Amino acid sequence: MDKFRMIFQFLQSNQESFMNGICGIMALASAQMYSAFDFNCPCLPHYNLAYGLGILLVPPFILFLLGFVLNNNVSMLAEEWRRPRGHRGKDPAVLRYMFCSMAQRAMIAPVVWVSVTLLDGKCITCAFCTSVPVETLGNTSHPGFSQGEMKRVLARIPCKEIYDGQELIANEVAVRYLRCISQALGWCFVLLMTTLAFLVRSLRPCFTQAIFLKSRYWSHYIDIERKLFDETCAEHARSFARVCIQQFFEGMTTDLAAIRCHPPRKTPADAGEAIEKLLGITDQSTMNSALKNWHRCKPPLHLQHRALHSSNGWAGEEHPPAHSPVPRREMAAYYSRV
Amino acid sequence: MDRFRMIFQYFQSNSESVMNGICGLLALASVKIYTCFDFSCPCLPWYNMAYGLGIMFIPPVTFFFCGLILNRQSLVMLEEWSRPQGSRKKDLAVIRYMCSSIMQRAMVAPIVWIIVTLLDGKCLICAFSGSVDPEKFVGFANTTPVQVQQLLAKVPCKDDELVRNNTSRKAVSRYLRCWSQALGWSILLILIVAAFLARLLRPCFDQVTLLQARHWSNYIDIEQKIFEETCCEHSRQFAHKCILHFFESMRQEIKLHSFRLPREGEGAEREEDLLRGITNQDQVNKLLKMWYYEKPPLNVSQVTHR
Repeated sequence: MDKFRMIFQFLQSNQESFMNGICGIMALASAQMYSAFDFNCPCLPHYNLAYGLGILLVPPFILFLLGFVLNNNVSMLAEEWRRPRGHRGKDPAVLRYMFCSMAQRAMIAPVVWVSVTLLDGKCITCAFCTSVPVETLGNTSHPGFSQGEMKRVLARIPCKEIYDGQELIANEVAVRYLRCISQALGWCFVLLMTTLAFLVRSLRPCFTQAIFLKSRYWSHYIDIERKLFDETCAEHARSFARVCIQQFFEGMTTDLAAIRCHPPRKTPADAGEAIEKLLGITDQSTMNSALKNWHRCKPPLHLQHRALHSSNGWAGEEHPPAHSPVPRREMAAYYSRV
Repeated sequence: MDRFRMIFQYFQSNSESVMNGICGLLALASVKIYTCFDFSCPCLPWYNMAYGLGIMFIPPVTFFFCGLILNRQSLVMLEEWSRPQGSRKKDLAVIRYMCSSIMQRAMVAPIVWIIVTLLDGKCLICAFSGSVDPEKFVGFANTTPVQVQQLLAKVPCKDDELVRNNTSRKAVSRYLRCWSQALGWSILLILIVAAFLARLLRPCFDQVTLLQARHWSNYIDIEQKIFEETCCEHSRQFAHKCILHFFESMRQEIKLHSFRLPREGEGAEREEDLLRGITNQDQVNKLLKMWYYEKPPLNVSQVTHR
């Protein structure tokens, strides 16, 4: 648990580390999903190609989109792209930088899926078993099948239990051949991706380093500004709510006191903190009215300026207290009369 | 747990340690990938050689590039190499040192793959089973050349019906594996002796230049890290000031446009400050709308000069 928390803290310390962490987790998840997935080739002539290529290409596309969805910066990019210009110019280099860095991270999980699929070999075996070169690999002396019959027989290569063309071409020979092609494709694909990544990473400092530093700074800035603005607004909302509720209680007690025709009891200076916190509400019926009013008639979102300046709340009322209130323990049994 | 944290901190403390850690992880990953990889030789005359040699050489190239990509210092080196001279001279010895240390670390994982492959033997058996001299083996001596090629190509596949009961198949397989393992151990021995000699004899040649190059390459690395951290800190301060300035300008605007009683007392200063003069729903909505439609300019000079 502690180890997990430490790793989590390390990843969170830096925004880029966090994104790299998510990216690594998705890559591992994609490898795990592939091994958990129960691959079932249909072993029918036209379905094989559709199924094999579908499993090879559709999950990577989904993982790519998922990579974008899980990335917090997508909304930041969209916001920066769509905002009106206002007083602040828009820099397309910053937008490009943000998009490129998101796309690069989102590409990793699909590349892992495609590599693992190709290196495993089942997909290509399923998809291309009808295209095996029977003339070179199989028995040429076998009585010829018709085209359709041959396809039907070859389509069953991935399903060893129902394969009935052993005299035409041995199952193991065909599977080995297809798997060899698949693994070769897989390693070539991995090599290609790694070379591309290496070229992109190593050529960048040689050409656009100054622009890169600028874009990186401003994209971090936009992210931090957005977070700080949200924090400031949350802080403001907290103060707003606190003052609004305080004014509600004060206003309510003043109203009730006006109805009962006696002045509100001003808490004396030495009453103690607990009494002050009661906000002038000291009996059951007042409390019930307060709760009822809160539900039925919430106060407007408009703070009174005068009330902000006097912390006691009884602005304008300078009557001395009739008698000092004796603090007593009240056991209030709240029951609802709704 | 404490031990884990200590190890983690030790690796993070020094950028060289981090790189050594990555290098070790890549080497372990390469062994793991080899063991997970399902090697299946095609057992066909020309395909065997291509497959065997491909599996022996393409993954190491991939690991080499991965080692270069994952190493932060390669970026630092490229930046140092391609930067304009400016007021700071460029020292080629430093760049050479960085380059050689990056290359050495990147070579570890490919070498581990090649050695593991050779010691295991499957790749070489697959690649060279067709090149064995059939005269040496009884089972293959009396057949036509074409048939010999076919049979030899099937040697790596134990269960193939053509060679299942052929006793010479095992002989060929053992022969090739013996060569493969001998080659693997020889390469390992040569590399270790070379590394040992290099480390032993290095202080005899130009120790001063080496110390200087190592110091300045560490310096460049640390300088870049600190620059990035300072930029992050600066952008945080900049954003903070910019937002405060924005709220303040909203407060000024509200003061101008609304009729307010003058402030009576100094009572709830703190509360007032937190609310920043924005005290009703319309004002909040206006603030949020202004934030979207007209973000403030990136200029906090008035704020800092106040």
